[in-house]
Amino acid sequence: MSRNADNRAQFVPENHENDHFLLTTVVGSYPKPKWLNRAKDLSEDEDARFDADNLEEAYDDASEVITHEHERTGLDTVVDGEMRRNEMVEFFAHRIDGYEFNGPVKVWGHNYFDKPSVADEVEYDEPWLVDEFEFTRDVASRPVKVPITGPYTLANWSFNEAYDSEEELAYDLADLVNLEIEKLVEAGARYVQIDEPALATTPDDHAIVGECLERIADGIPEEVRIGLHVCYGDYSRIYPELNEFPIDEFDVELCNGGYEQIDVFTEPDFEPDLALGVVDAHTAEVEPVEEIKENIKQGLKVVPPEKLTISPDCGLKLLPREIAYGKMENMVTAAREVEKELDAGEIDLDAPVPTAD
Amino acid sequence: MTELVATTPGLYPLPDWAKQRLSELKGHQKGDLVSGDEGPEIVDAYDQAREEVVADQQGAGLDRIVEGQLRWDDNLAHPLTVHDNVETGGIVRYYDNNNFYRDPEVVGELDFSGDVAAELETASDLLAAGDSLQAVLPGPYSLADLASDEHYSDEAEFLDAVGEFLAGEVEAFPEHETLFLLEPSLVENAPDDDLDARASEAIDAVADATDANVVVHSYWGALEEKVYAHLMDADVDAIGFDVVAGDRSQTLYNINEYGTKDSVALGLVDGQNTLVESPETIRDRIEWVQEQIPAQEFDTVYATSNTELFYLPVNKYQEKLAALAEGVALARGEETEVQA
Repeated sequence: MSRNADNRAQFVPENHENDHFLLTTVVGSYPKPKWLNRAKDLSEDEDARFDADNLEEAYDDASEVITHEHERTGLDTVVDGEMRRNEMVEFFAHRIDGYEFNGPVKVWGHNYFDKPSVADEVEYDEPWLVDEFEFTRDVASRPVKVPITGPYTLANWSFNEAYDSEEELAYDLADLVNLEIEKLVEAGARYVQIDEPALATTPDDHAIVGECLERIADGIPEEVRIGLHVCYGDYSRIYPELNEFPIDEFDVELCNGGYEQIDVFTEPDFEPDLALGVVDAHTAEVEPVEEIKENIKQGLKVVPPEKLTISPDCGLKLLPREIAYGKMENMVTAAREVEKELDAGEIDLDAPVPTAD
Repeated sequence: MTELVATTPGLYPLPDWAKQRLSELKGHQKGDLVSGDEGPEIVDAYDQAREEVVADQQGAGLDRIVEGQLRWDDNLAHPLTVHDNVETGGIVRYYDNNNFYRDPEVVGELDFSGDVAAELETASDLLAAGDSLQAVLPGPYSLADLASDEHYSDEAEFLDAVGEFLAGEVEAFPEHETLFLLEPSLVENAPDDDLDARASEAIDAVADATDANVVVHSYWGALEEKVYAHLMDADVDAIGFDVVAGDRSQTLYNINEYGTKDSVALGLVDGQNTLVESPETIRDRIEWVQEQIPAQEFDTVYATSNTELFYLPVNKYQEKLAALAEGVALARGEETEVQA
């Protein structure tokens, strides 16, 4: 069942003006500065005098810039925009013993993915994200959230050469994720998010994801907030089962679909906190504050304000950078305005948004 | 005496240099994919890539050579997405995979196209003496299943039209020894009671258009009993079964209960996993299947990968071709050269 840990209060900023608090956060990825891509190209150019140390410095600079960019939007919790990560499976596969790479495979058209193979039992070698977290923590003035690709997705988006079943591979990977979170917690992390986009394409495997989460959450202290992010799925196929997942928060995109599926989560009662996507990660227009406020109220149909977190639908890395910034800025403004309206008793929590027609 | 034929269902991965060059020449977006009227630089890149994959097969020692279907950006939907009376809609999921294709929306009559025939002509030119060409097409049921129809009056009429269209394409093919019709939708989205007999009739229409041996290949599971029973009515030389990912007991039940054609195709090598089967494993799988079907000695056993091979990185696709050829050689009782 949901952890239901009361660990949200630690993220309230000192100068928070409203009695109500809607935790604002992001899913993780953010557009990379153009100069970072140029630096990466340079580092791969044998003729350029730009070595691995120079590239590392470029990553540091980008992480600092994007962390501060997040802070300027007013977000309560920030990430570094995943500046050091190339792709959500490849990045981790490079750091886990047992994985190997054979070359790109087609996803569609001329879009390819360096799909790794699990050639041997997976083992923990060195920390995956502790350096990234420590750097971001040191430059940030707000709490830092750590997104981690989940074991089910790491298994499902790889070739499995070594395990009898994908399920067994996912469980072994879940144990490694648990180890990594322990190290992150030692380093001071208090907010992690497990990303499982693969669950959306194979929703019948929700029990496998549930067992993975049991292993991931095992021994992790209650003050550490554990979120699960899933996107672009048919949620009637994993609800109410997800109420049994040992998580504090379920993060979901629904803005892109115009909240068509929001009612799925209203019956039976939603157990974990809801982190609701209120801006679309796939449209290059910044939603106006008023529109985002209406989206936030959709979340109040599912959970009370003290269980509602505000987030974009998904990672923002495919957007132009100024659009990504504008979406977050308006999102935070909208959240603060809704808090004020809640303080003033202006929102009817029994019917936060008018029913269509 | 059973003849063993090492072959594949085609749809190969592009060589890595061609992935790069073609993505630069064509672009990454929906509108940038193959339309059937590519410019000379793009044609040139595909010609060069085709030479390589034909050479891959010749080098491995396969008994049938496919064109490789490297231009098929939309996978099995390709013959429709390049058709003049088809518009391409959104990007949709390709079966249960992390792959996508453009939804072909049929808005006019499916008349003759000639796109696949032209590809096969270029492949024919690359054959050496003694090589046998194998044509590859989606089966009519799968092609109709992958498309959206906005022109024909109902599902049945559309299926017939797709069958007639494919038959017209086959008539224009250059000389070929074998025609593989890939029908994964017969498993993945099995026809209902109104369509299952019709799906077999549509296959018949395509098979009638060629003198070559026709194989209807199914994969990603076993055929439902009733679908299989209807498929047995089709006048084809062999039905193909997925021995790797399929429900083998259901497949064997179908075959032992309803019989099968005089020849058979066996998907023995996993087209979706980088683990390369050893030649001995492939030989053992051929022998195992034959032992499970004691009542029949096949004229021909086509030993193939279960699925298309574009899911694999290039090095593993090449290793799988070699393993197939060597496994078949072992099953024939031939000594094989040990690869360095």
